[in-house]
Amino acid sequence: MQALRSTGLAAAGLIAFLVFWEAMPRLGLINPAFLPPPSTIPAAFLREIRLGVWTAAVASSLSHYVVGLGVGAGAGIALGIAGGMSRGFEAVTAWIVRLLRPIPGLAWVPFAIIWFGVQPEAAVFIIAIGVFWIVFFATQGAVRGVDRDLIEVAQAFGFRSGPARLTKILLPAATPGILVGLRTALGQAWMAVVAAEIFGVPGVGARMMQASSLLSTDVVVVYMLTMAALYGLFDSAFVALQGWLLRWRA
Amino acid sequence: MDEAIIDIRSLSLAYEREGRRNEILADLDLRIARGEFVVIVGESGVGKSTVLRVLIGLARPSAGTVRLATRAGCRTPMALVFQDARLLPWRRVIANVAFGLEGSGLSRAQRRAKAAEMLALVGLADYGHRWPHQLSGGQRQRVAIARALAVDPDVLLMDEPFSALDSFTREGLQDELQRIQAATGKTILFVTHDIDEAVTLADRVVVLAGSPGRVAAEMAVTVPRPRRRRDAALAESARQLRAELSRRSAEL
Repeated sequence: MQALRSTGLAAAGLIAFLVFWEAMPRLGLINPAFLPPPSTIPAAFLREIRLGVWTAAVASSLSHYVVGLGVGAGAGIALGIAGGMSRGFEAVTAWIVRLLRPIPGLAWVPFAIIWFGVQPEAAVFIIAIGVFWIVFFATQGAVRGVDRDLIEVAQAFGFRSGPARLTKILLPAATPGILVGLRTALGQAWMAVVAAEIFGVPGVGARMMQASSLLSTDVVVVYMLTMAALYGLFDSAFVALQGWLLRWRA
Repeated sequence: MDEAIIDIRSLSLAYEREGRRNEILADLDLRIARGEFVVIVGESGVGKSTVLRVLIGLARPSAGTVRLATRAGCRTPMALVFQDARLLPWRRVIANVAFGLEGSGLSRAQRRAKAAEMLALVGLADYGHRWPHQLSGGQRQRVAIARALAVDPDVLLMDEPFSALDSFTREGLQDELQRIQAATGKTILFVTHDIDEAVTLADRVVVLAGSPGRVAAEMAVTVPRPRRRRDAALAESARQLRAELSRRSAEL
């Protein structure tokens, strides 16, 4: 009953929002060229599909997203484990991390373009950098925070080497913390996708900039909603995967 | 004493922290015969657990020798049951029991079979598929015992394994442990601060006292097994042990 009520309220809120949005340009309070009413969006969406632009843009953005996420998360997990397991590694990298960490991902755009050109690799690079820091810190913290008592269990049963400690205790015990970092990175990477593509690498971001320069604001909105939907999809899938991986928790 | 499976001589353990030297054990001698059930008692902080930690390799002695007459080439001559079960929460019960067998050269199926056998031995045959968080405290400790027995150690080390359990569960597990020892013939070195528990389980009780800790007294418990709780002879042993302990702490 309570759930039904809150679902009803949420739906009512969304409808009110759409009605307000529709009314603003229709009543002439806002120039429709600046803010297209929501009723025009489905038509714009179908037009983009028919042109084949939507599919191409989404496919190339997704490939940047997935590869960038993979590279950034892979490097973040690997170096995070190294930092979490080895005080020496952490000490050596401490100031490098303090130097590089505050640089926003977007500040790497000039180098991305110089090194890779206006190519998919440039977008992957920007995305990977944003993801890397989040996953690196999450992993390092999670590995460092593993219960010493469990490590002793492994030692007591004769698993004393670094690799055995890693696979038998540290990695499974740190998984919850690493997954929290990955989920944050999942959202962060979407932001990076648009940012990277706005500089011309083909994809959703580039298509939005193109449409914006033609004042096709309805097309811009189509891609904004597309991103929201894709992010929602990925996040739900990730939460389901997380639930399954962590099914051992109470 | 005939064949000693563990022979500890002049064992000392000390460490420095913030410029202060902490002595935990000094000049400790302890010999344990094959198949013997030895219980170490003593007040908290006297270094009882440290003896076990040295034997299993979690602590390094500062001086002294530990000679083991365990099977040559055995990867796990000893196994330790911790005070808190310390099961790995991400593994199902069966995989927890099989943990120590990984790297032993057994196939996965063989490890599972051995683990299932051990679970049956501790009365949890039907619990293999559960997660640790789905078990009671007593069940978790049984799983920990099964995990230790699975590696077929020559010596089973137990560090206050029942102290966190309610008294019903504790007495049940004490009976169970005696049954398991009768069935497997394992040498057991058991640490507790519970005097009734000590005399119920032990062939021989070793009293650790002082700071740093050393062996202050020993007492054989000759009451025949299986032992019945609140048996007059056991009560007498417990009385003697209490007297011994209070005499020792008065001396210090």
